[in-house]
Amino acid sequence: MKVDKELIRNVAELARLKLTDEEEKKFIEDLKEILGAFSAIDKVDTKGIEGAFHSVEIKDRLRDDLVEESLSQEEALENTEHKKDGYFKGPKAV
Amino acid sequence: MKAVDFITQIRNGDIDVVEHTRKVIEQIKKINKEYHYFNAVSEKEALEQAEKVAKNPSGKLAGLPVSFKDAICVKGVETTAGSRILKGYRPTFDATVVERVKKEGGIVIGKTSQDEFGFGAFSVNMGIGYEKPLNPFDKERACGGSSGGSGGISQKADFPHISLGESTGGSIVNPASFCGVFGLCPTYGRVSRYGLLDYSNSLDKIGPMAKYADDIALMMEVIAGFDENESTCADKPVDDYTKQIDIDISGMKIGVIKEAFNGADAGVEKAVRGKIAELEGLGAEYEEISLPTAIKFGIPTYYLISTSEASTNLAKYCGMRYGKHEKLEEGFNEYFTKVRSMHLGQEAKRRIILGTFARMAGYRDAYYMKAMAVRTKIIQEYKKAFKEFDALVCPTVSMLPPKFTDIDKLSVLDHYNIDNLTVGPNLAGLPHMNVPVGFEGKLPVGMMLIANHFDENSLIRIGSDLVK
Repeated sequence: MKVDKELIRNVAELARLKLTDEEEKKFIEDLKEILGAFSAIDKVDTKGIEGAFHSVEIKDRLRDDLVEESLSQEEALENTEHKKDGYFKGPKAV
Repeated sequence: MKAVDFITQIRNGDIDVVEHTRKVIEQIKKINKEYHYFNAVSEKEALEQAEKVAKNPSGKLAGLPVSFKDAICVKGVETTAGSRILKGYRPTFDATVVERVKKEGGIVIGKTSQDEFGFGAFSVNMGIGYEKPLNPFDKERACGGSSGGSGGISQKADFPHISLGESTGGSIVNPASFCGVFGLCPTYGRVSRYGLLDYSNSLDKIGPMAKYADDIALMMEVIAGFDENESTCADKPVDDYTKQIDIDISGMKIGVIKEAFNGADAGVEKAVRGKIAELEGLGAEYEEISLPTAIKFGIPTYYLISTSEASTNLAKYCGMRYGKHEKLEEGFNEYFTKVRSMHLGQEAKRRIILGTFARMAGYRDAYYMKAMAVRTKIIQEYKKAFKEFDALVCPTVSMLPPKFTDIDKLSVLDHYNIDNLTVGPNLAGLPHMNVPVGFEGKLPVGMMLIANHFDENSLIRIGSDLVK
């Protein structure tokens, strides 16, 4: 597994992070160490074994499609600094 | 004083709840200046609740001071999970556990300090601008993590108190061990997580931390049980946990995890083995058991899964609806990137990078999916053990609470490896509890009990019998 600047930059971009040069350097070293050690799980025989997305059995539950009480528009917007006409105001999308 | 005894006195009118709450708030402010156990002290809300309880002290937790890990939403009280990116966020609703505590007359005194979003085993990976909590027995040492503030205040408080922590890979039992208190991480799905700022959805659990096993049992009765707001919450009846305190453990069979003592500090091993030897006198049997997959492969399995889930969970923190905002300029990618890069701490960034990588096209099968399959094997290993044993036991953490100066010398991988004993039961969703079993010098040692799914009863029964 080659961990280099190109890979770290690509991953960071996908995660919407801009790393400083220092962070880039540090994370390359860290990831090399971590992935090197974590490759140990390759040795576990998991042939025919399905992944456990949960540790205990969870049944799907649906409720009736009824209108229930929810936050008011004012409450929903209480924590934002960017709002306009009762809506969230975001950065430019296009 | 145990919470149970305190509540009786409140109900009898022997203690003035408003006066008591006022004193507690003063005291935690004072402790906080020195030890940094709280990110927020909710004085106004606490006194308002105390006034209500004074009029009607009938609740199961009447007048009891309760603190919550900062990752748990409390209406109107700043909730940040210890991250600057959420600075200023005041939830418009209570988490289900908060609602249940308040309904029973519990008094929310504040939000406890933690590793940012729960990303740590020492409470040293603090968000930007937050101070590390200091160990109640030695201020040069760590409280453990990630629910470090909850552990610290549970030990340091000389008033009756219960804290609610949260565990993803060991974040309840680890700080409970380092701070010398009980800490119970329930079965996955036993306690609703509605209103918890997620770290890793398939692993997160909320549970109590306190000085006495009786108080752990009491709090579990209040917070456990079905919640229609949380799709993973189990629809199963809640046990009478407090009744377990008086039931002895004769006839129980306990497995001592063999591999868990490899590399353990000599003082930790001595205290834990000493306590295990007491089991026989209490009428329980014990013998060694081997859990090779959980102990050997738990760390990579846990970190690949938890960071994968965390990287998607943290995507919502982008300076839009709550928390830190910046000036709206440029396009949305540039804006989100700017806010996240400015306000997330180092370990949060590192785990986002690791988790994003592990789920990326081309690597997903080798890392994320492989870890999920190993997790199945680990669960099977435990389930097999519980065919033979009522509970398993081992040290909670291999080391004594370390000095901050020694933590500074550890690599990132060293940090991750601290969780080697706690990630197993967390990956398998098994209830587990730290039992404070003694001291090595002036530092506390913790022993971990693990039980089968939804068998919190056994943990409380054994823990309370071992530490009277």
